[in-house]
Amino acid sequence: MRARLLPLVAASAVGLLALTGCVANATDADSANAALTVDSSADACTVSAAEAPSGNLSFAVTNSGDQVTEFYLLAEDGLRIVGEVENIGPGLSRDLVVQLAPGNYLTTCKPGMVGDGIDKTAFTVTDSGDEVVDADLDAQVEVANTNYAAYVRDQVAQLLTGTQAFADAYLAGDDDTARALYAPTRAHWERVETVAESFGDLDPQLDLREADLEEGQDWTGWHAIEKDLWPAEAEAGFAAYTPEQRQNLADLLVTDTETLNDKVQDLDFTLSQQTNGAIGLLDEVATGKVTGEEEFWSHTDLWDFQANIDGAKVLYAGVRDILIEEDADLATELDTEFAALQELLDAQRVGEDFTLYTDLTPAEVKAFADQVNALGEPLNQLTATLVL
Amino acid sequence: MNDSPAPDSTGATAGTPPDGSALESTTREGTAREGTAPTAARGLSRRGLFGLAGAGVAGLGLGIAGDRAALAVAASSAQTSAGAVYPFFQKHQAGIVTPAQDRLHFAAFDVTDGTSRADLIELLQDWTVAAAAMTAGQDVGDYGSVSGPYDAPPEDTGEALGLPPAGLTITFGFGPSLFQTAEGVDRFGLAARRPADLVDLPHFPGDMLEETRSGGDLCIQACADDPQVAVHAIRNLSRIAFGRAAIRWSQLGFGRTSSTSTSQVTPRNLFGFKDGTANIKAEEPAAATEHLWVGSSDGPAWLAGGSYLVARRIRMTIETWDRTSLREQETVIGRNKGEGAPLSGGTEFTEPDFELAGRADQPLIDTAAHVRLAHPTQNDGIRILRRGYNFVDGNDSLGRLDAGLFFISFQRSPESFTAVQLNLARHDALNEYIRHVGSALFAVPPGAAKGSYVGAPLFA
Repeated sequence: MRARLLPLVAASAVGLLALTGCVANATDADSANAALTVDSSADACTVSAAEAPSGNLSFAVTNSGDQVTEFYLLAEDGLRIVGEVENIGPGLSRDLVVQLAPGNYLTTCKPGMVGDGIDKTAFTVTDSGDEVVDADLDAQVEVANTNYAAYVRDQVAQLLTGTQAFADAYLAGDDDTARALYAPTRAHWERVETVAESFGDLDPQLDLREADLEEGQDWTGWHAIEKDLWPAEAEAGFAAYTPEQRQNLADLLVTDTETLNDKVQDLDFTLSQQTNGAIGLLDEVATGKVTGEEEFWSHTDLWDFQANIDGAKVLYAGVRDILIEEDADLATELDTEFAALQELLDAQRVGEDFTLYTDLTPAEVKAFADQVNALGEPLNQLTATLVL
Repeated sequence: MNDSPAPDSTGATAGTPPDGSALESTTREGTAREGTAPTAARGLSRRGLFGLAGAGVAGLGLGIAGDRAALAVAASSAQTSAGAVYPFFQKHQAGIVTPAQDRLHFAAFDVTDGTSRADLIELLQDWTVAAAAMTAGQDVGDYGSVSGPYDAPPEDTGEALGLPPAGLTITFGFGPSLFQTAEGVDRFGLAARRPADLVDLPHFPGDMLEETRSGGDLCIQACADDPQVAVHAIRNLSRIAFGRAAIRWSQLGFGRTSSTSTSQVTPRNLFGFKDGTANIKAEEPAAATEHLWVGSSDGPAWLAGGSYLVARRIRMTIETWDRTSLREQETVIGRNKGEGAPLSGGTEFTEPDFELAGRADQPLIDTAAHVRLAHPTQNDGIRILRRGYNFVDGNDSLGRLDAGLFFISFQRSPESFTAVQLNLARHDALNEYIRHVGSALFAVPPGAAKGSYVGAPLFA
């Protein structure tokens, strides 16, 4: 499977504390975004105003110096970060959008990214009369993190056990059993695919499709074995693998999965890594599974589809309580769209199995694609809503 | 590289129409026209006119075909500018360092079974005559769209009547299969003349090439600022080719995604980002000589002063891109979206600084960012001239727009493209959002000489 080559977008090191800047259920249509500018130079951090009304505020930060700079909006104690923009190259501008409750804050810049920040200036937010949510949700986020890390460990452990059984059947020449184990075992991978992809080499070693190969590259992993297990679907002239090839592929499959298992023992997930993980899993569905591109020979794409959705649902469930406090409407919308997608998947169940992708009618495929889009749009608001 | 636009001031001049009383046999002499319009020593062959002439006369030479620019001025008071005109007969074919026009119509052709070497030469001659006329803003044929015998089909299809030249350029290329088919057949006695570099591009990781959108014996790139003019060019050349070659696949492009001159504002591709900032520009003739034009000792003599054209149809999965955060979009590209400046700072044309680090010592321009992986400093100094176009061709059965970039590049050797593309295909963060679905490579011969035809040295 095509790897997402960027690391999962990480919130800042103190991102957990930035939740006070989240977007609330703004029902007042008149609350306009106050727009401020910040000029960050070598020795000054000039904000266009020292005061603004509560609600949505936008700071357009321009780096007029010649070092990389940062802008921080701090709480009154000068320590807690309420909002920030990092990594602004010389000459560039970037916007910080926050929602602020009435109170006293401080603005500061860090040209060269060192030290405590220069030109710390008081910034006052007056009461505009608009409602602003100000919840301290650290504990909830930590619970979500712990739970998700445990889920990942558990899925990968099941993946490892399942892979060992699959490899045994494949090597023993018991192709029927191997074929029966293929999709259900892969489901454990697909549920946590975005986490696995963050480990660079493991994803191409385990999940590369034939089309993704470079000329001369060794092809290993699930799909290399898939082709051998469903030779009737392969191109004319495809030769079954030799016992040596089978041995090699099966061994590597197990070894690489063991490596993955080691790597997931000690993970930590920030809030934005969780929300972006859910978004990433839905992107997997939108680009590969809904088109039948993933399981080229076995056509077991719907198993993968369900597994990706399972993973997204777990991530969503972990942050749902936080979301309800920030934006209950979005939570309702996501609940509805997840349910609608699950209904479509349930309609394709055949006992413990799913309809093969090639047996879906064009109308059924279109219904899936439409619903993936219907879920994707609101789901992609999740990070911005929860992590500002 | 003499692509200086010059307004065409020629009015319609009359050549000497042949005697209309009998079908003329084909001769190789045309009638030289007065005025500044480019002329060929011959007109369309009789075969070239086969589809064009009816019971009437098979005319020869560039006769009284209407000069569209003049007609336009005469017919419409609103038309005050004839637009740029790029002469067809030049040292290098136009449409390469020519300032990129706004519209594209590109077609790959396969030579029809039964076409002989002589037929192929005649086709290229006919195409040359027609291309020279159209790029000068004139109709194809002796009588053009509306001035011919009443019982004959018009020689020019007519939809460009009244339209100015609109900067039309027509560029021709030869594919590997022209020299030798995949089965090794040398249809035209050209196999020994094939440049060693002219072989199909290798498979790149992630390619999803469709056979029906790839390859081709011949290609024609028509670019203009008016879409109707670009379409008219391909359509008429295709018509002229009937019986000798047929369109294999074609592509319309509606917005340029490159600048080939510093006088041009950088346009945006369908990701919403500026595209073509760091490109070989017409104002750098030394760069063109080093990176663009085939040198006289690079390969067979017939290609010296020509180039190689790579065409790649790149589908963008814009629905997932559009749902992606601005942060990720900028991280993937390596530039900011509004200004097009590299994330290391400056303005659009500031050189990227790939070392400059931000928080946690991570480079401001991500290691997998597109601008880094494509940059000459990361590819042994390789530079190519990009001249691509946006496309949106309807939608697929899943309700997604079939949208993307029809990538075209010109370079001295296909190896330049291959090296950079391999780097991108392996590492580019942008791969998440694109699929290469079509691919073709063509050798673009040097410019044709007046009195001769495009690619003539190949057959000499």
